[in-house]
Amino acid sequence: MLRLPPFDYYAAPSVEEAVAALRDHGPDAMVVAGGTDLFPKMKRRQMEPRLLVGLRGIRDLYGIRRLEAGGYRLGPMATLTQVSLHPELRAAYPGLTHAAGVVSSPQLRNAGTIGGNLCVDTRCTYYDQSYHWRKAINFCMKKDGEICWVAPGSPRCWAVSSSDTAPVFVALGARVRLVGPEGERVIPVGELYGRDGINFLAGKRPDEIITDILLPPAEGWESVYLKLRRRGSFDFPILGVAVALRRREDGTVAEARVVLGAVESYPVEVEEAAATLVGHRLEPDVIEAAAKACFKPARPLDNTDLTLYYRKKMVPVYVARALRRLAGLTDEAQRRTA
Amino acid sequence: MPTNGYDDRKNRTNLGSHLKRETSVIGRPLMKVDAMSKVTGQALYADDIHLPRMAYARMLPSTQPHARIVRVDTSKAEALPGVLAVITGRDLPIKYGILPVSQDETALAVDKVRFVGEPVAAVAAVDEETAERALELIEVEYEPLKPIMSIEEALEETEVRIQEYGHAGNIHKMVSLQFGDVEAGFAEADYVREDLFFYQGNNHLAMEEHSAVAHYSPDGKLTLWSSTQTPHYVHRALAKVLELPPSRIRVIACHPGGGFGGKSDPFHHEICAAKLAMLTGRPVKITLTREEVFYAHRGRHPVLMWVKTGVKKTGEITAMHFRSMLDGGAYGSYGVATTYYTGALQTVTYKIPRYKFEGLRVFTNKPPCGPKRGHGTPQPRFALEVHFDKICEHMGWDPAEWRQRQACEPFSLTANYLRITTIGLRECIEKVVEASGFKEKFRQLPYGRGVGLACSAYLSGANLPIYWNDMPHSGAMVKVDRGGGVTVYCGSTDIGQGSNSVLAYVVAEVLGVRPHDVAVVTADTDLTPVDLGSYSSRVTVMTGNAAIEAAQKVRDLLFRAAADELGAAPEQLEAAGGRIFRRDDPGVGLPFAKVAQLAEARFGTLAAVGSFTPPKTPGRYKGAGVGPSPSYSYTACVVEVDVDPETGWVRVPKVWIAHDIGRAINPILVEGQAEGSVYMGLGEALMEEQVFRRNLHKIPSMLDYKSPTFLETPDIETILVETNDPHGPFGAKEAGQGPLLPVPPALCNAIYDAVGVRIDELPVTPDKILKALERKAKGQEPRVGPDRMPDVEWSEPIYVEPPDLEHDPSLVPATGSS
Ligand SMILES: Cc1cc2nc3c(=O)[nH]c(=O)nc-3n(C[C@H](O)[C@H](O)[C@H](O)COP(=O)(O)OP(=O)(O)OC[C@H]3O[C@@H](n4cnc5c(N)ncnc54)[C@H](O)[C@@H]3O)c2cc1C
Repeated sequence: MLRLPPFDYYAAPSVEEAVAALRDHGPDAMVVAGGTDLFPKMKRRQMEPRLLVGLRGIRDLYGIRRLEAGGYRLGPMATLTQVSLHPELRAAYPGLTHAAGVVSSPQLRNAGTIGGNLCVDTRCTYYDQSYHWRKAINFCMKKDGEICWVAPGSPRCWAVSSSDTAPVFVALGARVRLVGPEGERVIPVGELYGRDGINFLAGKRPDEIITDILLPPAEGWESVYLKLRRRGSFDFPILGVAVALRRREDGTVAEARVVLGAVESYPVEVEEAAATLVGHRLEPDVIEAAAKACFKPARPLDNTDLTLYYRKKMVPVYVARALRRLAGLTDEAQRRTA
Repeated sequence: MPTNGYDDRKNRTNLGSHLKRETSVIGRPLMKVDAMSKVTGQALYADDIHLPRMAYARMLPSTQPHARIVRVDTSKAEALPGVLAVITGRDLPIKYGILPVSQDETALAVDKVRFVGEPVAAVAAVDEETAERALELIEVEYEPLKPIMSIEEALEETEVRIQEYGHAGNIHKMVSLQFGDVEAGFAEADYVREDLFFYQGNNHLAMEEHSAVAHYSPDGKLTLWSSTQTPHYVHRALAKVLELPPSRIRVIACHPGGGFGGKSDPFHHEICAAKLAMLTGRPVKITLTREEVFYAHRGRHPVLMWVKTGVKKTGEITAMHFRSMLDGGAYGSYGVATTYYTGALQTVTYKIPRYKFEGLRVFTNKPPCGPKRGHGTPQPRFALEVHFDKICEHMGWDPAEWRQRQACEPFSLTANYLRITTIGLRECIEKVVEASGFKEKFRQLPYGRGVGLACSAYLSGANLPIYWNDMPHSGAMVKVDRGGGVTVYCGSTDIGQGSNSVLAYVVAEVLGVRPHDVAVVTADTDLTPVDLGSYSSRVTVMTGNAAIEAAQKVRDLLFRAAADELGAAPEQLEAAGGRIFRRDDPGVGLPFAKVAQLAEARFGTLAAVGSFTPPKTPGRYKGAGVGPSPSYSYTACVVEVDVDPETGWVRVPKVWIAHDIGRAINPILVEGQAEGSVYMGLGEALMEEQVFRRNLHKIPSMLDYKSPTFLETPDIETILVETNDPHGPFGAKEAGQGPLLPVPPALCNAIYDAVGVRIDELPVTPDKILKALERKAKGQEPRVGPDRMPDVEWSEPIYVEPPDLEHDPSLVPATGSS
């Protein structure tokens, strides 16, 4: 079977010591949380850290807690299972708990963390392969090579942002606290992400750790997440649609965010779609206009499951379904969407 | 000794049934004999084996699809501390292969590589990590050759050849057979239809990756533990390649964690492990990675097909012409047999009086294809059953009624000389139609929902062995202990289908003891008589008959020993409930163990052997060896679908499947096989594909190669139909492969019923459905599928006159016991 390469493991007792280890070892070190993304990738030599800084022993990084000022704080080490089953979160942020609950498989959700999910590596069928496989195509620019095989003329890497929860966090306006050697800062989740598949976490310095995920108060907000994937378990999203919105008493939309996952190297917020919703009720023509606005910004390529044409075609279909779900329209299509 | 005529079998069945009015083991839903060891994790799989001083080996995969090997430099790898031995193709130059006609493999590539992933060198080291690091130090210089990646390219390219043998160019094998005047048949028809189909290749995806452990003892004996379905063939290949006498090689098949045909060839890693064990003097283990399993492959051949059928207004088929083109990958494997199989079983479901088959297999620079559950028959069955659905629709026939009317007759002979014994096809259709409510649903469900029907047949073991010989196909030995314990020894391999349990059941039934009191020793070439292996659905029928014969011989001795004591003739005795007693006065009897002691005192050590040789085949043409079987199983299947017209997504809420099993030795095991077949068939129909991009496997992992999970698996209702076949042990036929066959076509027929589009190409992915729906909306043909067969010059067919039963009464099949 595939074996892990040799590495040292440092069980960091505190955030400060974890950060210090990252600073001291530079690019040779990486943080490990549940390891469900990192370990398989290390076995395939996609990542070759010499030192893993384990966050397991740091108590402060666990827990899900209501904040006095409203909203919630999720410890990054909360598992996906804990997030998806949390009764208060389920009531307040159904889009988020649903997204956490459809990540991979039950076993992986028990091990995988919510912080790890925000930082999950971008994916590509030219990259998520063993060392020998990648050697056979002479590698790609994301690791050991020069070229982007899915877009050979491209100067950038097109690996796909594949986190289920990231689009929902962005839609909900969540923020993260980052702690690094130079202190801490709080940024919106959307700002974590860069604009290419290699430097996909451009907003976070490699020696910074996510210590808190902060959800704004949910009052008045509704959220939904729909995931396109081949099977009801295991599979990464090949399209994720997250919508969060707030409606006035008369049913018109006051605020909205529509965010697409797995169609670019980062979660794509479609402001044009949100703008078509604001000021209107969720009626069929409004929904259709918002769905249409999402077609163009989605840029799937042939580097995940199913064809790019198909995935692009599904973008407006899924956005419309997400909005129809919020509008409470129960039709045949809703029945057929998991 | 071996039995090969009908009469012999008839006697045996009669003996079984008239001696006992009621069976106590056969037909009951008993637990598998190895169930407890499996569910408690104690069953031993090859990778569980750890021997003292064991070394671990890895193989270096080729990074080139097609290239000459200019140089292999292993010196750096050899110098790495912890490395024990490094071998290359030079160390194992002797060619082997499962079929005598395709001895085209070497354990490691010798001067050419033929696909990405083909093993080029192997390293044994103190651990896997060291072996893996050593691989990276091996330098291979390649001189690239043109890669040939599809059927079309293989047919076009005649200069660059992947193999130096075969029909011509890159055509490995071409078959051309004709039974009767097909053109006259088409001329007689009221409607003649032609269709094209494509069935994508796919992998078995057994849970367990192949694994082997080799041990070479100081006295020069080699033992190989392996996750294989065919220890006997591995035994032969090892002897050939390692140049050791077979008497010094012992092959033990561990519990394979699933096989499905993927562990039926002798493999690179088995030979390398053996060679490395011989060189190092230490036990050596090789366990493949999942990626390597995709390269070892031997999975379903991608097949392009064309079929033409003529029918009369009254429903009868007048003639059929079928063409298949198989993408074989880089080596022969079972491919010649597979090629024949794509044309052999067309005739055993519905009456086809004239039949022509042309088939070819090409070499391509991909991992070799081979036998996967159904071996070469799911592809043509898919084509046929969808083709018939189209014919029925065109003619306005009810697809269930038409199939029932055209079903073959029992104890008949087909145009290509296949001998049908019992056939429960009509009953299967009737049952499955009734259970599913097909009549009320077909063409009547709301848009998006639909039902589809398809049927099939499969062999209960091939009548001819893989290498030519006239020895039995299966042997069994039964030994009785003084304490009343019974041991059955047989070369068969339980790959999860339950063949060990079947041995215990049949022997327990004959001797009147409980299956739990029967010890089963199997799949060990030192200890057990030869059985050819777990393939072609042969095991229950062949080992079952062999074990019954052995058990009956032992029982005869027991009856003779008990007769005096019980004051009755041996023929008047019966064995049941752990006793041997008088049939006329069941109170008068002796415990089984007591009789065993009497018998041993009188006859010496109590043991007997039995063996099975399939019946002779009437076909006398070249190629007649592929297709004949002691009996054929029949299946009918209804699939219900829910298609989302906006996304093309197909959900399958329920599948009904009726299977003619002859007789269910254990109904739960049969149902398990049927359910597993439905699951696997749906996987092939909806998502599984072994596809290539930039000349290498696109998705060699269990995450990216999509195969259904529990969540995609529908409700399955299995109905068993019993026809009591005269050739089967207690009347049994096969169950392991046949039920897969009707699933893909039934699914496609259901999709047509639901949304009115034809997907004539597997797998049916959602994008194909959307594409077909778009075509429909534009007024184009609502279909996605191949639109042409490449042009080839087919050989002149071997012409065979279909059997003329009136004038040659010797061909009339006996009707068995009835
Ligand atoms: C078969 C399979 C299927 C999967 N399917 C899905 C899926 O459907 N959807 C999906 O979203 N994911 C999927 N995953 C990926 C993964 O399981 C999840 O994303 C999981 O949430 C990762 O969390 P983890 O704790 O295991 O992360 P790890 O593997 O421990 O880490 C992942 C990355 O995050 C970094 N990291 C972790 N915690 C922190 C922190 N607190 N601060 C800074 N950096 C941090 C690590 O350094 C690493 O780069 C799948 C994985 C597998 C193996």
